[in-house]
Amino acid sequence: MSASSSGQGSLVKGPRWLTAHALAVFAFLYLPIAILILYSFNGQGVGGFPPRDLTLNWYRILFNDGPIWDSVLNSLMVAFAAMLIALVFGIPAALALDRAQFPGKALFRRLVLLPLILPGIITGLSLLMLFRVADVKLSLFTIVLGHGTALISVATTEVFAGLQKLNRAQEEASLDLGATYWQTFWRITVPNLKLSIIGAALLIFTLSMDEIAVSFFLIGRDNTLPLEIWGRLRRGITPEINAISTIIFVFSLIAIVVWYRLRTRAEVTPEIGAELVETADH
Amino acid sequence: MATTSEPAATTSSQPSSASLLSIRSVAKHFGKNVVLRDISLEIAEGEFLTILGESGSGKTTLLRILAGFEQSTSGEVWMSGERLDTEPPYRRRVNTVFQSYALFPHMTVEQNVGYGLSIAKRPAAEIQSRLAEALAKVKMSAYAKSKPSKISGGQQQRIALARALVNRPRLLLLDEPLSALDANLRRQMQVELKALQREVGITFIFVTHDQEEAMVMSDRIALLRSGELEQVASPREIYNRPATSYTAQFIGHTNLLDADVRQGTAICSALKWPTAMPDGAALFSLRPECIRPASTTSATVALPTKSATVRFTAKLRDQAFHGATDLLRVESDGGLILTIRTASRDLPNSEARLEFEFSAADAIPVRATSLASNSEERH
Repeated sequence: MSASSSGQGSLVKGPRWLTAHALAVFAFLYLPIAILILYSFNGQGVGGFPPRDLTLNWYRILFNDGPIWDSVLNSLMVAFAAMLIALVFGIPAALALDRAQFPGKALFRRLVLLPLILPGIITGLSLLMLFRVADVKLSLFTIVLGHGTALISVATTEVFAGLQKLNRAQEEASLDLGATYWQTFWRITVPNLKLSIIGAALLIFTLSMDEIAVSFFLIGRDNTLPLEIWGRLRRGITPEINAISTIIFVFSLIAIVVWYRLRTRAEVTPEIGAELVETADH
Repeated sequence: MATTSEPAATTSSQPSSASLLSIRSVAKHFGKNVVLRDISLEIAEGEFLTILGESGSGKTTLLRILAGFEQSTSGEVWMSGERLDTEPPYRRRVNTVFQSYALFPHMTVEQNVGYGLSIAKRPAAEIQSRLAEALAKVKMSAYAKSKPSKISGGQQQRIALARALVNRPRLLLLDEPLSALDANLRRQMQVELKALQREVGITFIFVTHDQEEAMVMSDRIALLRSGELEQVASPREIYNRPATSYTAQFIGHTNLLDADVRQGTAICSALKWPTAMPDGAALFSLRPECIRPASTTSATVALPTKSATVRFTAKLRDQAFHGATDLLRVESDGGLILTIRTASRDLPNSEARLEFEFSAADAIPVRATSLASNSEERH
């Protein structure tokens, strides 16, 4: 085979092969989710292929299932509280990393990422031992503390990235125009970081919502949704779980689309922060 | 305005009217790196002073010390009899136009300009009227509701200016505000900015690396070299009487003549001219336009001054056409290469021997200081 024909072959066959590969990867990623969704409408339960007798029955059962909704509520509360804790501690840490000079800064910068890299089992186990020593009774509160501390690093890294992109001259201009450091922080720095903060909040919320490992060690009497599902799976799969998973999937999808649109709009027009404030006012 | 003066009026290196700002022996070190060294400067009320220097000369650092974004390592800054450098930036009656403009992207043009007034909690009616006035002054009233990202660079520049001026500062600092604009717009803005400064009567300290810009706009130029003040004088004086070889080379073009002085006569190659300098080595600056083709008919009559005329013959090396003027490079009999600017005209072909002359008074003795680019002081 001549060099030119092999070159031609790679030009034609290469993309075809790659397309097939891409489709396979895509199927591998999304087929399970598609099947999960499909079977949430399956009248025959989890068995049988193809799904027959499409029904909303599982959703009806789901909506009357008290324990599952309790766990959903628990998860939402935990995620929200963990998000607040992570932001309240993470944002000042990002500011310190960006602006302050202190001994051990480089070490701090690496250590703050550690909880993200550490297996959840280690974080969970060490927190469990800490709570034992401190004689704190396990409850949703301990889960909130666990998620909150583990996810501070997410807030710190996201906001730190935002700070690095911020034009410092804007803050100097604000000081120059008579605003104190505090006024400058609220009027200039925070609006410029709005996107990073919202991004961090969404990410923390999502990570907390589906967290299992840390929760597993710190759980008290009340279940979070992932633990509730996990507990039920041990008794066998019911399409009801498919149904709740489908609902979670839809909400995640909406969150992703909203986030993506915010981000792309921000790239076109950097004044996204102000627009967010405007829409919030109406 | 009574406080503003014609650039030509302030020819002395000392300000004529009352001093607004007093910079006293200011130095700035970044670690081992000395950025500013013993800077002392008095700036008059209503003056347009330009801090001119190459990149790395410390001009922006000096401006940032005045604005309050940097603390000087030693020295003091006073404004109208009060210590300025100990105040935080937000308590100084000093405003800045940033090189990048630093407009707030999340606010409209109007909100940007009104920022200082709203921070100062001025009454809404006053904010409205001052805002309208400031926007009108920079001809941007039509863009009040626009976002900074929607207006051009030149317009952003005007907004940055309005945002600073609306607060009626005692001192306006401008950090290379025209460097991002294209050449035509820049020339237009130079004229507008100078006119605006006369109109509002506020003291301007303008930082630039562009010597032409400095000449066009300033009442006085403070030339910085490697963190030290090389010369402070009006544009005319700094051009006509450069104190150092660096000044002579940085501002405009010049011929530097390395001469030997013996009993009142400077000797450089085949050139000889009378001087008041003491015996020994001396450096002279001779501007290219001070040398002209010798007038064969009436050699002495054409001279404006009574000072001695120095004649010499030289070979024409090359001739560059610059529109109204020609730039000649000639080699004098002793092998000295000189640059000469003359009115544009046809000259004989190269290698022609020509007669030139200059007035001895135009050979300005200068202190020898090298161009900073040759002796980069980095630690």
